[in-house]
Amino acid sequence: MGHDPHDHHDHGGDHRHDHAHDHDHDHSELDETALRVRALETVLTQKGYVDPAALDLLIDTYQTRIGPRNGARVVARAWVDPQFRDWLRRDATAAIASLGYAGRQGEHMVAVENTEQQHNMVVCTLCSCYPWPVLGLPPTWYKSAPYRARAVRDPRGVLADFGVRLPEPMQIRVWDSTAEVRYLVIPRRPAGTEGLDEQQLADLVTRDSMIGTGLAREPGP
Amino acid sequence: MTGPAYFSHADLGGRLGMGPVLPEPEGEHFHADWEPRVLALTLAMGATGQWNIDTSRSARETLPDYAQRSYYQIWLAALERLMLQRGLVAAQELEQGHMLRPPLPLARVLAAERVPAALAAGSPTQRPATREARFAVGDAVRTHADLVDHHTRLPGYARGKQGIVALVHGVHIFADSHARGLGEAPQWLYGVVFEGAELWGEEAREAGLKVSVDAWESYLEPA
Repeated sequence: MGHDPHDHHDHGGDHRHDHAHDHDHDHSELDETALRVRALETVLTQKGYVDPAALDLLIDTYQTRIGPRNGARVVARAWVDPQFRDWLRRDATAAIASLGYAGRQGEHMVAVENTEQQHNMVVCTLCSCYPWPVLGLPPTWYKSAPYRARAVRDPRGVLADFGVRLPEPMQIRVWDSTAEVRYLVIPRRPAGTEGLDEQQLADLVTRDSMIGTGLAREPGP
Repeated sequence: MTGPAYFSHADLGGRLGMGPVLPEPEGEHFHADWEPRVLALTLAMGATGQWNIDTSRSARETLPDYAQRSYYQIWLAALERLMLQRGLVAAQELEQGHMLRPPLPLARVLAAERVPAALAAGSPTQRPATREARFAVGDAVRTHADLVDHHTRLPGYARGKQGIVALVHGVHIFADSHARGLGEAPQWLYGVVFEGAELWGEEAREAGLKVSVDAWESYLEPA
């Protein structure tokens, strides 16, 4: 992100000030942002627009309470309970809410199931739409330009970046979240997991497998 | 040649020349201490009802230096912009880092005790249908090919393309209208599936690729 157009070696005469300025700019871009954020937060708090305790609670909620383990429980339930799986197909919003996961950025859910013939992958090419109640906050790569640009055009290339190779005949379907519908991928249940209980199955369900950039983990030894 | 004045820097689908995607472990949420603060400030100010999520997206995607900013830097700049535009803060206050003018009255402020309920409620966009859906599952449709001079949610790569209606999502707030403060103007929303070859032509890399886009009714014509 170096976009400072000045070349400090090219100045003659009195350039001490320029040097100092360039030095700060080069090395503290993040600190500059941190100061800007602190200024904004201070002003908003002083004006009474935000409640500092609410800010802390919002952060704590997404750091400790709402994350991909929620989605993993949805998937594990779908693997063991055909009726739930059916419900998920018909009305994912209600089925997911029955496990306690609902609300902001998951108001309208659709579950898409991987099969032997079709692999699903979710993206938001226009911003960063993501099913927060079941997956938490999106990872940085999900919001990045390479993922948003390539997922809809070269999903197999994207999968390779994640170390995932699908068999050639497997068709890929990409879901671009362009409205307020949020998509959850139901990965395939790994072979050899017949003896596992629901919690053990949930442990095999990775975040990436529910976005479609990964597969559920094989059970360990 | 003059194009529309509105330009989204966020419409990235299909763009070439991008590097690899860099995977990240599951527990990693933030990469600097200020990032969670920006997240929380954005959510808390969003809850005051001074703007809606579509206005926010529009403020972000039109930042001239969008491509040079990290994602939370985009959120920060858009939040500052929305607050400055409405006179909720002054540029001088942001420069000096403290309040110089009395606050404007807000309809509501998100109190800590309201956070769980507010997150649980979210902001559903579905509205009651007041007329029949124009399209049904299986219908062939074509998206409009026009550039529009405002926020829209039809990605550039899916403009002027033929697809099949695969899902009918019900009637939802129309982002194009909502973003501009012109009201909810709800419309039927469809999941439309396009063949990779329709989107990317001969050079489609992925045989059998299908891409689904959620499209409001006014984006579509019968094909």
